Amino acid sequence: MNLKATLVAAAAASLGIGGAALADPVKVGMITTLSGGGASLGIDTRDGFMLAVNRAGNPDLSVVIEDDQQKPDIAVQIADKMIQSDKVDVLTGIVWSNLAMAVVPAATAQGKVYLSTNAAPSQLAGKGCHPSYFSVSYQNDNLHEAAGAYAARAGITRAFIMAPNYPAGQDSLAGFKRFYQGEVVAEVYTQLGQTDYAGEIAQIRASGADGVFIFLPGGMGISFVKQYADSGVGLKLIGPAFSFDQSIIQAMGDAALGVLNGANWSPDLDNEANAAFVQAFRAEYGRLPSVYAAYGYDTANLLLSAMDKASVSDADAFRAALREADFASVRGKFSFNASQHPVQDLFMREVVREGDILTNRIVGVAIEDRGHAYEDECKM
Amino acid sequence: MSLMLLIEQALNGLQYGVMLFLMAAGLTLVFGVMGLINLAHGSLYMIGAFACAAVAAATGNFWLGLAASLAAAAAAGALMELTVIRRLYARDHLDQVLATFALILVFSEGTRWAFGSFPLYLDIPRALAGPVRLPGGIDYPLYRLVLIGVGLAVAAGLFWLIGRTRLGIRIRAGEADREMIGALGVDISRLYTIVFALGAALAGLAGALVGALQSVQVGMGEPVLILAFVVIVIGGIGSIKGALVGAILVGMTDTLGRFLLPIAFSTFMERSQATSVGAALASMLIYILMALVLVVRPGGLFGRA
Repeated sequence: MNLKATLVAAAAASLGIGGAALADPVKVGMITTLSGGGASLGIDTRDGFMLAVNRAGNPDLSVVIEDDQQKPDIAVQIADKMIQSDKVDVLTGIVWSNLAMAVVPAATAQGKVYLSTNAAPSQLAGKGCHPSYFSVSYQNDNLHEAAGAYAARAGITRAFIMAPNYPAGQDSLAGFKRFYQGEVVAEVYTQLGQTDYAGEIAQIRASGADGVFIFLPGGMGISFVKQYADSGVGLKLIGPAFSFDQSIIQAMGDAALGVLNGANWSPDLDNEANAAFVQAFRAEYGRLPSVYAAYGYDTANLLLSAMDKASVSDADAFRAALREADFASVRGKFSFNASQHPVQDLFMREVVREGDILTNRIVGVAIEDRGHAYEDECKM
Repeated sequence: MSLMLLIEQALNGLQYGVMLFLMAAGLTLVFGVMGLINLAHGSLYMIGAFACAAVAAATGNFWLGLAASLAAAAAAGALMELTVIRRLYARDHLDQVLATFALILVFSEGTRWAFGSFPLYLDIPRALAGPVRLPGGIDYPLYRLVLIGVGLAVAAGLFWLIGRTRLGIRIRAGEADREMIGALGVDISRLYTIVFALGAALAGLAGALVGALQSVQVGMGEPVLILAFVVIVIGGIGSIKGALVGAILVGMTDTLGRFLLPIAFSTFMERSQATSVGAALASMLIYILMALVLVVRPGGLFGRA
């Protein structure tokens, strides 16, 4: 116990309020996307996080939530306000990597802990790693790596691969190729936000590929999958979970059935914490949770576990308590590596119909105990 | 690269262009006749798509949804004109931009409030699903062929309406001199409401038709709106013929550029790099086209210079 904590404990004891050292209140600032086209991701993040907070009922934990409108400048303004006037101890909730890059380095430099519920760009995993930055979700490349590792096993030996032309899209194709055993017959970049894929589908038909990897998050994926199904090309589709998650596949309808997608979580993942999470989420919100909800839920539980072990006013002890990751993750296996990113199993899921809703089911393990590709660049 | 693939891509470009025309026609009509910049035109497109998805989900019939999209967008357009737009004709363009931008926010958050944040499901009607074999052995989606047909039919209908009917004569007269036709006893404010509702219905139709191919979600109208503005600037503001030619030009340029540029670059560059550079340049192509057209003809191809 260092000097400051000792003093706090002594002061608390002298005032007759024992145990106050561990019960320092923690204020969390959640910055996430609650309006605009990307709102469904932020809403699931928030709902998953708040589900865990409400289930724990810890009176020392309070949360302020604000909408970043998916704009980096707004996210920076909110972070400044939360740090300076709301006096938060922990920041979390950002969905998009460009927003995370705008907020995280400044927040951690001011001594705030940042827990990522989703965005985990390579810059923050490698050279830019920081003792106060924890990614609870993954490293951005992971789910693409899962698709790459599994593609050959799914019979895709000649792959047509496609992503939007922006940094995360380029990382996606690189991540896919890192573990892919077959041949890449064509590599295509689309425009970000593109809604018509007739041109790309014609190229797929002409390419001689036997499978297609796509990373097209949000509405782009919905457009592509519907148009692809209607084109009758019929080659096997594989991608990361972002393109085939719970919030999206209902809008694709039967066109999404049978699509393979790499993930680190699935609603049918067999462990106690996950069964309780899925059941509680359905009861509370009346829909199935997405991966974003699962990350939000895990993030809140990680934070709660650290609050039980250390006081947030003792930064080193609090970070050490976070690093232990002593909580029941809905992903089953979960630990942090040295760069404070998860080491976890990556799965392959398939879109199936259960009753009148579409959901995902695990079909196999893609990579066991995967960390990330930038670990060696992190000097910490 | 085979000739068949090139023909298929040209068809894709034509279909994309025809869809853009449905958006641009309403925009150019309103701009040309009423001198109004309507940024909320994309919201009418969204309303059409949501109305179609909601009615199709409730009744199981796409065609009822399509009728609902026309009705909903036209009604929303007429309501917008009567309550807000009417006060803006005498103001300058900046006030119009500000007010119609506010309408985008109102419509977007209103739609989110009514339908939630998650995208809606809307599928192609079963009768039009799947590909058909064209002469020459191209498998082409039937629905896209129908879209080309619908778009060209709407274009023909608009030419007839503007050129051959009494309403068309009034619209053209209103475009030329609004005080004079008012003095001749034409109820100009009713004419404006009709024109605005007509433009809105076209946007709603485009939203419903395209919604079946794409994602029906809040904010779907704004990217299309930008392209529609590019189209009417290229075609010449106020000209239906310009909108048609501009839309097909933009559709072709965009589709063929995305297809051909990466291939061209890969002849002298490493493949990964070629696709990335080619895609980046392809996304600029329509704006380069617009700049070139403006240099040669500052009023657009069919505009009054």
